[in-house]
Amino acid sequence: MIAETEAILGEIRTALPDATVTLLKNPGPAAQHSLLIGNDDLLRVAGFLREALAFDLLSNITGVDWPDAKKADAIAIHEGEGMPSEIGYLETVYHLFSTTRRIGPLILRARTTDRDQQVQIPSLVSLFRSAEFQEREIFDLYGIQFTGHPDLRRILMWDEFVDHPMRKDYVAPDDYEYEPTPHDAVLEKARKHYPSLKDE
Amino acid sequence: MVSAPSTYSSAPILEGSDADQLLRVSLGPQHPSTHGVFRMNVVLDGETVVSLKPVFGYLHRNHEKIAEGVTYLSSMPYTDRLDYICPLSNNWAYASAVEKLAGIEVPERAEYMRVILAELTRLINHTAFMGFILGDMGAWGSALMYAFRERELILDLFEDLTGARMMANFMRFGGCRNDLPAGWAEKCSVLVDDYGPFLDEMEKFLVGNEILLARCQDVGQLPKETLINGGITGPMLRAAGVNYDIRKADPYGIYERFSFRIPLGDKGDCYDRIMIRFLEMRESLKILRQALDQLPDGDYVNPKIKIRNFKPPVGEAYARIEGPKGELGFHLISDGTVNPYRYRVRPPSFINLTLLEDMCLGLDLADVVIILGSIDIVLGEVDR
Repeated sequence: MIAETEAILGEIRTALPDATVTLLKNPGPAAQHSLLIGNDDLLRVAGFLREALAFDLLSNITGVDWPDAKKADAIAIHEGEGMPSEIGYLETVYHLFSTTRRIGPLILRARTTDRDQQVQIPSLVSLFRSAEFQEREIFDLYGIQFTGHPDLRRILMWDEFVDHPMRKDYVAPDDYEYEPTPHDAVLEKARKHYPSLKDE
Repeated sequence: MVSAPSTYSSAPILEGSDADQLLRVSLGPQHPSTHGVFRMNVVLDGETVVSLKPVFGYLHRNHEKIAEGVTYLSSMPYTDRLDYICPLSNNWAYASAVEKLAGIEVPERAEYMRVILAELTRLINHTAFMGFILGDMGAWGSALMYAFRERELILDLFEDLTGARMMANFMRFGGCRNDLPAGWAEKCSVLVDDYGPFLDEMEKFLVGNEILLARCQDVGQLPKETLINGGITGPMLRAAGVNYDIRKADPYGIYERFSFRIPLGDKGDCYDRIMIRFLEMRESLKILRQALDQLPDGDYVNPKIKIRNFKPPVGEAYARIEGPKGELGFHLISDGTVNPYRYRVRPPSFINLTLLEDMCLGLDLADVVIILGSIDIVLGEVDR
């Protein structure tokens, strides 16, 4: 059964009147609406949902890269108050379910300030252990810093890897295969990826 | 004493006066009991596990990034390669996510075909699991041979239907790729009738087996609340007695029409996890029997569906099914073009590993192998 997002928003507003929560409408046929939570309130709201509303299963966390903030606003439409961000950002989408009340998904979103410097989102591991590997994966592939995560390391890529491959502006390197005599197009692509090569 | 290379993560347990008494073992990635290229950095005090850190990524090919660069339908054959034991379940989960995203209706016959194929896949997965877990206990070969003998009969059915034993690429948005060939349902019916006796035989060998009891009972159990909090789903969770099966809790397809029960375990140890899968196979047989008896005529795919230049409307959707290994979900975000803007797989195997360390702490190294086997992972899905 789909969780009634509006009703849950009302319950959050009653219990936590000072929390920043915005309803985002999904224009598609799925009509899975979501709640955008301010980063400072994320742990409080998630804790309230777990304790008071029995959303005990944090099933999935998706990382999303939005270099163009307008695109995000077309897919998750702001209702009423709250100004959408102008600059691009990174986002996490949480899918919560309740095993006892058998409802879900309740969708939460959290956003970073930008894509380069302020890429912090509070970690939910202290509330939901299921976030541990998924947050590591999002850190690895998107570069979101989860503050408070006990063991934030790369998980799928190797430790020495630089960059975050799921970002939209990621350029695949050309050195993943041995190239005995790199030339022409290959060299050109490599220069784009490693600007320092020009000097050599 | 093996000294670890500097790149190993240092667990806090290693700091202290007894640190030089501990043994660090790198278990895997090339080892039959890790079920693929999977590694665990284990720290041992004698035989006892004091720290265990899984290392992933040996099979990582960034499935999600590849899917963002191709059309929606082009990802369908790639979903076969996630959990390659159960391609048809993966197909269904992905197709249902796209159907939710675009609001596509599925004809009745196609729904029945999907249920039949998904339950056959569950039989394959759980049967193969029995072979693998006995291999982990040292009965290498015999159990797997009997399991694979039965699996092969189901794969023959898949080959008749889809043209491929494993990489089926069979579901389409709004139905299936082709109709059942003549005589397929009858062959399937015979298989369903013959499967019960095979399960009886297999169960007779295993239930009271001394080695199985000694190795599996009271190994690897955790409290229910911890399991739910750790995102564990599927047979792993139900073995601990949590009544949560998506086919009942959040019904998809036409599962509401069938009468079947959800087997629940008691303790949640490795023995319960094995027995739960036996009971689930028997329930699958019940569903298969009902579905084959009720199978209606009609379209096997929604005739209105457009294959070329398929563009779902702007929006997002999360859909999930009860895969043989747990909750298999797909989260898709569409920006109205032919490619998904974001394509996310929620892999049950990967998330079921979250609590691996908690299950293993304080046990012997040999128990780690059984616990890992009882989680039932496939690395194609873990590493994506």
